[in-house]
Amino acid sequence: MKVWHFSELAYYPAWEELGAQLRNVVPSRLCDPKVAADLYHRGLDEWALCDELGLNIMVNEHHATATCIDSVSTIPMAILARETKKARLLCLGMPIGNRFDAVRVAEEYSMLDVISRGRVEMGFVKGAPFEVTPANSNPADLVTRFWEAHDLILKAMTTHDGPFNWEGRYFQYRQVNVWPRPYQQPHPPVWLTVNSPESAQVAGERGYVIGSLNTGYVRTPAIYAAYRKGAASQGREATRDRFAYMAIVGVGSTREEGYRRADQILDYSRTALRVGAQFAFPPGYQSVAATAQALRSPGYGKGVPMRSIALRNGRQVDPIGASVEEFIDAGICFAGTPDMVVEQMRAFYGHVGGFGHLLMMGQGGHITHDDTVDNLTMFSKEVLPRVAELG
Amino acid sequence: METLDIKGFPVETHIAGSGPPLLYLHAEQYVEQVRPHLDALAKTWRVIAPRHPGYGAAAGAADLRSVDDLAYLYLDLLDELKLDDVVLVGASLGGWIALEMCVRNRARLSKLVLVSSVGVKFSGREERDFADLFYMSDVEAFPMLFADWQRHAPSYAAMSTGQLEELARERQMLAHYGWRPYLHNPGLKRWLHRVDLPTLVLWGEADGFAKPSYGQSLASALPNAELTVVREAGHYPEIEQSEAVIRAIDAFVQR
Repeated sequence: MKVWHFSELAYYPAWEELGAQLRNVVPSRLCDPKVAADLYHRGLDEWALCDELGLNIMVNEHHATATCIDSVSTIPMAILARETKKARLLCLGMPIGNRFDAVRVAEEYSMLDVISRGRVEMGFVKGAPFEVTPANSNPADLVTRFWEAHDLILKAMTTHDGPFNWEGRYFQYRQVNVWPRPYQQPHPPVWLTVNSPESAQVAGERGYVIGSLNTGYVRTPAIYAAYRKGAASQGREATRDRFAYMAIVGVGSTREEGYRRADQILDYSRTALRVGAQFAFPPGYQSVAATAQALRSPGYGKGVPMRSIALRNGRQVDPIGASVEEFIDAGICFAGTPDMVVEQMRAFYGHVGGFGHLLMMGQGGHITHDDTVDNLTMFSKEVLPRVAELG
Repeated sequence: METLDIKGFPVETHIAGSGPPLLYLHAEQYVEQVRPHLDALAKTWRVIAPRHPGYGAAAGAADLRSVDDLAYLYLDLLDELKLDDVVLVGASLGGWIALEMCVRNRARLSKLVLVSSVGVKFSGREERDFADLFYMSDVEAFPMLFADWQRHAPSYAAMSTGQLEELARERQMLAHYGWRPYLHNPGLKRWLHRVDLPTLVLWGEADGFAKPSYGQSLASALPNAELTVVREAGHYPEIEQSEAVIRAIDAFVQR
């Protein structure tokens, strides 16, 4: 089991002033750059600590939001490529369907891989639905654009005999010639995020690592099963290291301390979905059937987004008011003493059929730096050795 | 609804009525709600109303990606049906398609009616000619789109799954054809002098999506156009004030 510490670097000081919407509509006057600077340095310190603790590092990006001030994922990747020596560096990921310059993505990933001496894990993501607004990228054909970008980026990183031509539907270049070439050959490992059995099956066919993010106890087994089906259809073995699961993790010396840390980090889950319905369902991003279902949901027309997490008994709970126990029940959170966390992880691991990576949200929301350091340290010393043999 | 074969591409087309030919190009959404309007037009006209590719049951096509493509498709349709002296009516997105057709070839057309047409950029780079529908919740958007939205805007709870899926498809195609640049062709204004046939520009008095001042700019930019404002109508006068729209078209054509 490899463990990756992840944080969105939320700008939580602005949350109190904001109502139902934390994304896209939030004016940047609510962002005090001095406070933001402190948050960046604090987050980078916590990631750098992972190098000493035997944890790996994961970053991502979001835009125009108080839930995440990592708007350019390759910037923390670049800083950490230099500041760390051992940890692997996962970007999950780069929203390549929303990037208008795919060759630039190939250059950024290649350069990061070389500076880090081959420690980059290369995530390609479609991006959350609300990301099309700040990117102004057309949601109606995002998937086909995503795959063309994927094809072009990989060709650009693996072609070493001079410029090639690319005149596709979305990207046109006459002379693609990326320097440097990546440190890892033929290219850094590719990761995709998946949120449904359909997308997992496609990833399985290609043999990539999948990250399922907070998909929980109820939904995750079908997603992993679809991956295995896709892999099998191409004669691939779906080994444990192809599966990554993201959960919120709070460890403490007592149950109360672990729960308190998890509860603070869970403010991520309580705020991430605070977004208008028009941003949660941009036209064509979801299927026609899914959009029709959303239109019918109560409150859609008033702009109230749909949000719920599924408990094991099938009950749906609004994450905004959910407790730590409910998030643990939903398989979104592992929390408590090291013994409790190990037990919850083993149970979830068995339930979904195993996974080789834990994407550990060890910081988020209002948790302090000292608590974060303690959370990561306790996890690495008292949980990691006992789950390392899993996967 | 019949399916026409236009140079190998199937186009679902509503054809009804008898009289002089009228090609009707529908707006970006609420296509089903325009049916009574088409029926009323069919009392005087032979109405030919194609559904844009991707709308309705027919599949779109990967190589039909822009309003330019739709303009060529419907010019082909006029050729295929050998229609002459056609009155071309375009509503909103359909008006933009109509403008692109006229810029290219108006040989088979006699008169043009633009109902709340989008397609041209008049304002500066930091202003919008059309409200950003993709940024607004329905409660904000409906009052911009309808003068009486409580009566005319869709009520999702009362709709069937099929109707909701149709709405979902309409939104998808609105993005497909109009996402960026948003509902306009930056180069179109340069060629509006070619739209030199007699043109009626109809605008809803209460249109908050594309304001009547935009309609005035459009009428002024066309060589042979006049503006008529429709009272108690928003962006879809063909839904809210069908009779007034038809009266205005009849008066314009008979003059």
